Amino acid sequence: MTKPLVRPRRKDPLKKTRVPLLPQGTRSRTALGLTAAAAEGRFQLQVCSECGTVVYPPRDACPRCLSARLPFQDVANGGTLLAETTIHTSTDVYFRERMPWRIGTVALDAGPSIVAHLHGDVREGERVRLQLKLDKSGQAIAIALPADDTPNMADDPQWRELTCDPKYRRVLITDGRTAVGQALAQAMSEAGAGIVFVGVADPWKPFAGEDRLRQIERVEIVALDLTDTISVNECAGEFAPRVDILVNNAEYVRTGGLLERKGLTVAREELEMRYFGLTRLAQAFGPVLRARGADGVNSAAAFVNLLSVYALVNWPAYGAFSATEAACLSAAQSLRAELRPGGVKVLNAFFGPLETEWYQAVPPPKVAPAALARAVVGALQQGLEDVFVGDIAQDIRARLAVNPKALERELGS
Amino acid sequence: MNARRQPYDGIVVAAPVTVPYRRYSTNTAHWWVGRAVREVIQRAGLRSADIDGLSLSSFTVGPDTAIGLTQHLGLSPRWLDHVPLGGASGVVALRRAARAVQCGDAEFVVCVAGDTNQVDSFRRMLSTFSRFAQDAVYPYGSGGPNASFALITRNYMKHYGATREDFGRICVAQRDNALKFPHALMKRRLTLDEYLSARSISDPIHLFDCVMPCAGAEAFLVCREDAAKSQGIPAARLLATIERHNAFPEDPIQYRGGWVMDVAELYAMAGVAADDVDFVQTYDDYPVICMMQIEDLGFCAKGEGPDFIRSHTLTADGSFPHNTSGGQLSVGQAGAAGGFLGLVEAVRQVTGSALGTQVPDATVGLVSGFGMITYDRGLASGAALLAGGHP
Repeated sequence: MTKPLVRPRRKDPLKKTRVPLLPQGTRSRTALGLTAAAAEGRFQLQVCSECGTVVYPPRDACPRCLSARLPFQDVANGGTLLAETTIHTSTDVYFRERMPWRIGTVALDAGPSIVAHLHGDVREGERVRLQLKLDKSGQAIAIALPADDTPNMADDPQWRELTCDPKYRRVLITDGRTAVGQALAQAMSEAGAGIVFVGVADPWKPFAGEDRLRQIERVEIVALDLTDTISVNECAGEFAPRVDILVNNAEYVRTGGLLERKGLTVAREELEMRYFGLTRLAQAFGPVLRARGADGVNSAAAFVNLLSVYALVNWPAYGAFSATEAACLSAAQSLRAELRPGGVKVLNAFFGPLETEWYQAVPPPKVAPAALARAVVGALQQGLEDVFVGDIAQDIRARLAVNPKALERELGS
Repeated sequence: MNARRQPYDGIVVAAPVTVPYRRYSTNTAHWWVGRAVREVIQRAGLRSADIDGLSLSSFTVGPDTAIGLTQHLGLSPRWLDHVPLGGASGVVALRRAARAVQCGDAEFVVCVAGDTNQVDSFRRMLSTFSRFAQDAVYPYGSGGPNASFALITRNYMKHYGATREDFGRICVAQRDNALKFPHALMKRRLTLDEYLSARSISDPIHLFDCVMPCAGAEAFLVCREDAAKSQGIPAARLLATIERHNAFPEDPIQYRGGWVMDVAELYAMAGVAADDVDFVQTYDDYPVICMMQIEDLGFCAKGEGPDFIRSHTLTADGSFPHNTSGGQLSVGQAGAAGGFLGLVEAVRQVTGSALGTQVPDATVGLVSGFGMITYDRGLASGAALLAGGHP
């Protein structure tokens, strides 16, 4: 039985902040297939296209038929824990300060044996579920979970090293004026966040939903205008050391491609809010997040970007908007690499058209703000790096994997 | 069917050399290898120019390989080998050298294994030991081989009822042997109580189940029997050998080694039975592996290892003389030299020149090798039967 986490006490400001250390992140190129699967929360192993053998550790030739065609595919994740050990002595500084550490050999029903991290509730000889997760180094590892969920299982210390669970963490949502921002505040509060800071530009101006937002437990409204460097810096100056999860939910949605726009005014505003807003947040909050990646139960855990799925491929009906989102996606990839030394994840939540006024003329299916908020919380609880929310986003993801050029033509016609 | 193997014909192993180990060394692997080669040459009454075959095993000689060592040591061999097989290096080096000598490709082959141990070299080797270790082992707690063998040990204990006391008997007996062996690093008597109360390293592996990494070198000479005679050096005759890699890949966890596939041929080729063997040098990276070898090499059936250990004394003067110099568990593990330790000791025993306790009437000795855990199991296994005196 997992011992439930205790709400962390206020930190002694004189206490040294534990320096983030990472487990070894070096992998062979082939093994990065596991990382790609883990980033989206899939359990994929190499499966030989010729003889069907499930292969692990990752290889470049099938050990049964020597075929080189070994794509990563979804595989059933059930298995049995054959043997376990509790490591008390490690040569690695990351694990040394986390001892004792349990690992075990899992005989996967699908074939191979996998040496995996063990959730505290799994027992030798019993059935387990294997999952691929990203560890603090950002690379994939396997962890064995009990066959059925157990009480407080998300609080297990080895599991929590792999996730960005909002429980007892302090969250900053950058824009409380939007429906998505308000839904996020609700979802984070329900997920047990310690404090939910909600940014509002010019808080003296009333806005729809304000009363309900203020009533959500542990919500605290803070002044934050992403288009204003001074505002972002002031907010960070006051709150950055207490922000463990930052959610950038800034929206700037306008229809049209390049030709309909007269001049650069709208494009500039779009970039000001989205690309430069993201840059301001990264510069103001990033260094503190990165320094606090191992700071106890409420360590810094994630920088979340809400991105239109059209960041991945342009939708000319919202062509200029798509281009700005693409700029944000590219910046997020850079940010991911820059925050990795702190063990802080960058979660990109890709969504299709939302059930909001800016997508008024777009036919369904559309994503409700509450559904998007739930998906973000779920992705943090699972420690994902990329999540595709709603039917449209998942459809785009699937089509992009098959034929990007076809998708470009289809979206443009 | 396999083609019938040629017997070894008058091939001997001579000039067993141990360069005394040190816990840490500021010297390079080249220094250790050089000292061992020199001592073999001196013992055999040869000159460098007589050495026309060289076989090298080393983890820490990089970026060099055997070829770089020829120039470094001033040798001009016409036969050269590099055996990166860890604990199986000794047996495998011997097998290849024996055939080279038998076929006339070389007359005097020096087989040498040596490694240095600098303060950080063990940690650095673990993370880059193999691609599988890098991708699928080291990120899991970085417990090194202790954690990997803990899983194998745990599974074996569960299936065959082995206890920590059983493994303790192996370790304690080896320590007794080591107390009389001049080159052993561990010089304090070990009691079963001390063994049992030692701190846990990676359950069920505790402190005295682990070898101590150190620096050192081991070497021997392979040549024809008449050549050894004319040099006036004692030598052990090679009766038979086996070698196997990646045996039983379908076993979900290792409980047996490649010996099982080839052991019948080992005894058949030598014309002896397990009962005729006077002592056994197993590869003792962990005591569970000793127990597996005792089973897989035919001294008892699979799963009867624990009973066998309980019903025998394993000291050099006991009913089942085992790892008579103390093995790596008590002498130390000098990298690849750990794969030579048992073989070098076996040559001493059958030639009546033990440095520690001499096994009485040691005529036939069995040496076993096991090495290279690149993911979840040791891949390489081998064994050799040696005999003293004349046929």
